Amino acid sequence: MAASSARRDRALLLAGPALLVIVVFMLLPMAIAAVYSFLTPDPYGGVLHPFTPASYVRFVYDRDLDDQLIFDTTYLQIFARSVVQALFCTLFCLLIGLPLAWYMATRPPRLRQVLVLLVTIPFWTNLLIRTYCWVLLLRDQGLVNQVLQALGLIKEPITFLYSDGAVQLGLVYSSLPFMVLPIYGALEKVDPRMVEAAYDLYADRWAIMRRLVWPLAWPGVVAGCLLVFVPALGAFLSPDILGGGKKLMIGSLIQQQFTTGRDWSFGAALSMILMIFVLGALMWSAWRRTRIGVAT
Amino acid sequence: MSQKGFDWRRMPEYRLFSMLALVFLYAPLVVLIVYAFNANRVALIWSGFSVKWFVKAFGNEDLRRAAWNSIVVAAVATPVSTLVSVPAALAFERGRFFPGRAAGEALIAMPLVAPEIVTAIATLIFFEAIGLRAGLGNVIIAHTVFCIPFALLPIRARLREMPVDIEDAARDLYADAWAVFRRVTLPLLMPAIVAGATLAFVVSLDDFLITLMVAQAGATTLPVYLYSMLRLGVTPEANAAATILLLVSITAVVLSYLLANRRRVKA
Repeated sequence: MAASSARRDRALLLAGPALLVIVVFMLLPMAIAAVYSFLTPDPYGGVLHPFTPASYVRFVYDRDLDDQLIFDTTYLQIFARSVVQALFCTLFCLLIGLPLAWYMATRPPRLRQVLVLLVTIPFWTNLLIRTYCWVLLLRDQGLVNQVLQALGLIKEPITFLYSDGAVQLGLVYSSLPFMVLPIYGALEKVDPRMVEAAYDLYADRWAIMRRLVWPLAWPGVVAGCLLVFVPALGAFLSPDILGGGKKLMIGSLIQQQFTTGRDWSFGAALSMILMIFVLGALMWSAWRRTRIGVAT
Repeated sequence: MSQKGFDWRRMPEYRLFSMLALVFLYAPLVVLIVYAFNANRVALIWSGFSVKWFVKAFGNEDLRRAAWNSIVVAAVATPVSTLVSVPAALAFERGRFFPGRAAGEALIAMPLVAPEIVTAIATLIFFEAIGLRAGLGNVIIAHTVFCIPFALLPIRARLREMPVDIEDAARDLYADAWAVFRRVTLPLLMPAIVAGATLAFVVSLDDFLITLMVAQAGATTLPVYLYSMLRLGVTPEANAAATILLLVSITAVVLSYLLANRRRVKA
């Protein structure tokens, strides 16, 4: 047994450097951020010492002139908007992603590889640029308006930008590959004989989708929903560029606290609240997975 | 089985839908590229192919400096993250159970799980708390962290599908652990390592949010500079700079994909 325990230690040693980097530069910073969220903001950036839950109180209450706490929903509204936007984004990605993944999974191997590559490329390309492309399309002098005007459909340009719809579009656009790839991963392994058997038993397309594809895709759907929901919830670029900073979401609100807002403590507190949401989503997916009894 | 040939794989409505979805994914990128190569300042009017916006972008000294910073950061973060990922992949795929393994896996996945904005501000707070002001060094550290899970991905995948028998056979022939790694595992793993490094490079090159928060004056990278350019309005020059970044990442991703899928190991 001595040999196996030596092997064990070596395994730990091998993973050591990578783990060390992440513990020191990721876990520790998170812990420090958690501490900062309980400190008093320094008006010049950074924080001062007295411990206080003030930043969390500020999330729900505002102080009036008499220093009385009054219930204030400004930040709650931003959070609610973020959750709603992220949920809609997840739903739209699922509606587009599931049929697309099923189509990809039923193609011959060579075409499949090409399709996977085509979906993967946007996944790895710069999010800033991909979001900016929509500005080119949607702005008042943008392509969509120019085409519509050239066709004589509209006289005055329609303002698409700086609306919830534009933000949603940007979110769906940037998240779609995150939904398609895991669902495709789950459907890729489906035995074609099962589909044939279903057709032999007089199933129609809709029945195939509902009774066969959907249950088989389920582990991929759970993973995809998580991969779409979490980044969409904390999105910064879409609300910032397509929402023009008017349609704030949590991500842009946090960013503001560290730039124009100069309230690091409040920013850290918002981040911690966001992390709680994220952990909640993670636990939901873990729970769904064990409940259905599928290991991924 | 033959007559009438009903083929369930023929799904015309799904095909149409999928083609539309792909158009949705690519049309905006194509529009950007077309704009960047259009000689006319007015975007919709095509007055010929031109690279003058690229020339103009290259003439911008700030942009050149930002591009150089991006390359330096990626050039350091990529090898460092890949170097620590190779042994980590071996530990997770070849090492049997070891204490803290589950926690280790969770830790490695952390940069993927945490929302980018949270990672960004936590890193910013951390650097501020310890008083680290190393210019590009700060950015390099931040990039190395989130590059690790991406570099690890293809290496682990390759190890998983590589039969252990090959390594066992080498061990039977009295190769010691180091010889097995150097003569057997490493050569077989090489394409995956290069694929992982390429992904790390792309992720580093593309990162915007974390760099935006962490970078101090003078340590601006290309995406961050582009962002400040775009804030001032849509210009053909910005389109050209964005196109360059876009084409570099697409090339790298295709390269990485080809490497990772090159000839699977035969058992």
